[in-house]
Amino acid sequence: MSREHEKGMSLIVKTITRLTVGLILLYGIYIVSHGHVSPGGGFAGGVIIALSFIHLMLAYGKEVAFKRLSRTVASFFESLGAIMFLVIAILGFTGGYFFLNFIAKGEPFKLFSAGIIPLCNIAICLKVGAGLFGIFVALVLLKLESGEKK
Amino acid sequence: MSIYMLCLVLFACGLYCILRKRNIIKIIIGIIIAEYGAHLFFILTAYRMQGRSPIYSVEADIKNMVDPLPHALVLTAIVIGLATTALIIAIAMRIYEKYGTFDITKIKELRG
Amino acid sequence: MGASNIIPLFVVIPLAGAFLISLLGKKIKGLADIIGVISGLSLCVLSFYAVRLYNIHGVLTYSVGAWMPPIGIGMIIDGLSAFMLVTVNLVAFCVVVYSLNYMEKYTAKGKFYTLFFLMLSGMNGVIITGDMFNLFVFLEIAAVASYALVAFGTEKHELEAAFKYAVMGTMGSLFVLLGIAFLYGYTSTLNMADMGAVISRKGTGNIVLMVIILFLMGFGLKAALVPFHAWLPDAHPSAPAPISAMLSGVLIKALGVYALCRIFYNVIGVSPLISSILMFMGTLSMVVAGLLAIGQWDYKRLLAYSSISQIGYIILGVGLGTPLGILGGLFHLFNHSIFKSLLFLNSGAVEYTTGTRDLQQMGGLAHKMPVTGATGLIGSMSIAGIPPFSGFWSKLIIIIAAVEAQKFAYAFWAALISILTLAMYVKVLKYAFLGNLAEKWKQIKEVPIFMKLSMSTLAIICMVGGVLLFANINDVFLNRASENLLQGRKYAVMVFKGIRQ
Repeated sequence: MSREHEKGMSLIVKTITRLTVGLILLYGIYIVSHGHVSPGGGFAGGVIIALSFIHLMLAYGKEVAFKRLSRTVASFFESLGAIMFLVIAILGFTGGYFFLNFIAKGEPFKLFSAGIIPLCNIAICLKVGAGLFGIFVALVLLKLESGEKK
Repeated sequence: MSIYMLCLVLFACGLYCILRKRNIIKIIIGIIIAEYGAHLFFILTAYRMQGRSPIYSVEADIKNMVDPLPHALVLTAIVIGLATTALIIAIAMRIYEKYGTFDITKIKELRG
Repeated sequence: MGASNIIPLFVVIPLAGAFLISLLGKKIKGLADIIGVISGLSLCVLSFYAVRLYNIHGVLTYSVGAWMPPIGIGMIIDGLSAFMLVTVNLVAFCVVVYSLNYMEKYTAKGKFYTLFFLMLSGMNGVIITGDMFNLFVFLEIAAVASYALVAFGTEKHELEAAFKYAVMGTMGSLFVLLGIAFLYGYTSTLNMADMGAVISRKGTGNIVLMVIILFLMGFGLKAALVPFHAWLPDAHPSAPAPISAMLSGVLIKALGVYALCRIFYNVIGVSPLISSILMFMGTLSMVVAGLLAIGQWDYKRLLAYSSISQIGYIILGVGLGTPLGILGGLFHLFNHSIFKSLLFLNSGAVEYTTGTRDLQQMGGLAHKMPVTGATGLIGSMSIAGIPPFSGFWSKLIIIIAAVEAQKFAYAFWAALISILTLAMYVKVLKYAFLGNLAEKWKQIKEVPIFMKLSMSTLAIICMVGGVLLFANINDVFLNRASENLLQGRKYAVMVFKGIRQ
C-alpha cells in the first residue's frame, strides 16, 4: 500500500471507489455531451462530475482529491466556464442578436446538432462542476480548520 | 385543487419553521422546505389532464404534453436555491465558529 | 434595430468585468482596479446614451436570441428604465472610484469587485428586463451577491447581520416566486407586457388579489418597508462603506421600489386599493423609521434608519398615483440615491481615518478633514430639505402632490418627518464634524484622493440636482419616467409596437 492510502475510509470503500469513480466521471461527461438530444445537460452533468471528485475526497481524504483537482484549478475552471458562456452569448452578435444560435442547427437527434447548445452545455458543466466542488471544499475545509484550532 | 393547497401548506410549514425556530440549522431547513413548497406549486401549474412528460423524441408526436416551461423555470429556481442555501450554510458555519452556538437568542451582537 | 443593440450591454459589461477579474485579478496586480473603473465608466456613459436614444427613438426593445417576445425574453428600455439605469450606474461608478482607496484595507479586493459587479449586473438586469421570470433571476443574482458582500468582513456582527439579511431576503424572493407562479397560472405567459394585456382582458379576480399581497410582501421585504424592515438597520451598516452606499443608495430601489412600481403600475394595473395600501405603508415607514433613527448613536445605523424613512417618501409619492406625485417620488428616488450614497461614503471616510462609528467619540473632524466635512454638510442639508439643495425640491413636490390629492394627513406627516430629518442630521453634524477637535484625533489626515474625488462628484450633483426640474431637462429625463408609470397597462401596447418595428 502506498502512502496516499493511509488516510480516508476503509479498504472496501476505497476499492469500490477506485472501480467506480471513473465510470461516474464518464457518465457525467456522457450526460453533458448528449444533453441536447436527451434529458440531461450541463447542470445535471456538471453535478455528476463534481460528485465524482467529491466521492474521491470522501473515500481517500483531501490530499488525493486535490492532486486530481486543486482549489486554484477549480476556481480557474469556474471563471473559465462563466467567461465561455458569456463569450458564446456575445458571439451571437455576429448574427445580430445577443444569445443568437449562430451555428448551423443540423439534424435533430444527431450528436452534432443544435448549434451553440452543446457548447453552452460544456460551459455550464465547467461552471457547475467546479463551483459545486468549490462549495463542498469550502464548507469541509472550514470545518476542518476550525476543528484543528480547538 | 387540494393538491395545490397542500403545496401552499408545505410553504406555510416552512414559513412557520423560519419564524418560530431558534436554531439556525432549523431555520435553514425551514427555508428549504418553503422553497420546495413554492417549487412544487410552480411545477403543478404545468400539469394538463392526461399529459405526459415533455420530452421530444423521434417517434413521439407533440400532442398531450404537459407544459414544459415551468419545468425549465423551476430548474433555474432550484439552482438559485442551491446557491442561496450554500451561502447561508457557509455563513451559519462561520457564526458557529465565532459564537460557539447555533441558538439565535444567544447571538445578540446587534440590537433592534 | 441598430439603436437597441446597446440594451444587452448593460448586463454583458458587468458580467464580463466580474468574471475577468475573478479569472485574471489575482495574477496581474492592479488589473482588478483597471477593469473595475473601465467597466464602471463605460456603464455610466452608456446609461446617459440610453436616455438620449430613448428620446430619439422612443421605446427600445430587444429580443434575446432573436426569439420574439412574448415567446422569447424581451429586454426593454423605456423612460423609467432609462431613468433607473442612470441612477444605478452613476452611483455605481462613484462607488467604484471610491473603493479604489477604501478597499485597500481588505485583503481580497478581487473578490470584492467580482461580487460588486455581479450585484450591478443583477440590478441592471432587473431594470431592463421585460420578462417576469427573468426579473426574478436577476433579482436573485443581485440579492445573493449582496448577502455575500454584507458578510465580507467576516466579523461577528457582520456574519449575524448577513444571516438575518439572507434569511429575510430569501423569504422575500420566495414570495415573489410564488406570486410569479400564480400569475403564470392565471395568464399563461411570462412576458410582462403580455401579462398586462391578458390581465386587462380577463379582469382582476381573487388570484390577482393574492398575487398583489404576495408581491407586496416580497418586494416590500426587498425595499424594507416598515413591517418588513428589520434586516436593513443591521445589514446596511455592517457592510463595508462602499457596499453600504450601493445597498442603501440603489439596491433597495432597483430591487424593491422599481420592481414594485413596474409590476403594480404596468402589469397588474393600479387600483385605489393598491394606491391606498402603498400610501399607508409609505407613511408608516416614514414615521416609524424617522422616530427610530433619531435615537441612534452609531453613524451608519442612523443613516440606515433614515434610508427606510426616505423610502417611505418615495413610496408615498409613487402611491399617490397623480402625475405630480409620481414625478416627485421618482425625483426623490434619484436624489436619495445620490445623497444617501454620499452620506454612507462620508461615514466610510470617517471610519477610514478614525476607526470608529460612534458619534459620541467624534467631534470637530471638519477641521482636519475639510473635504469630508464639506461634502457631509451638503449631503445632510440636502437630505434634510434645505432650499437650494436637491432634496428640498423633491420633498416639496411630494407634499404639494399630497395636498393636491386631498390627502392632508399624509402631507402633514411628510412635512413633520422632514423637520425630524433635519434634527437628526443636525445632530450628526454637531457631533461628528463641528465643535472642538477631540485630543485623540489630532493626528488624523484627510482621506486619499480617489475617495475625495467621488465624494465631491456626488456632492456637486446634490447641489445642482434641482436643475432636473427645469423644463428642458425635465422633459427628457424625469417626465418620461413618470409618464411610463402613468400610462398603466397601455405599457403592453407600447412594448408590442416597439417589437413589431
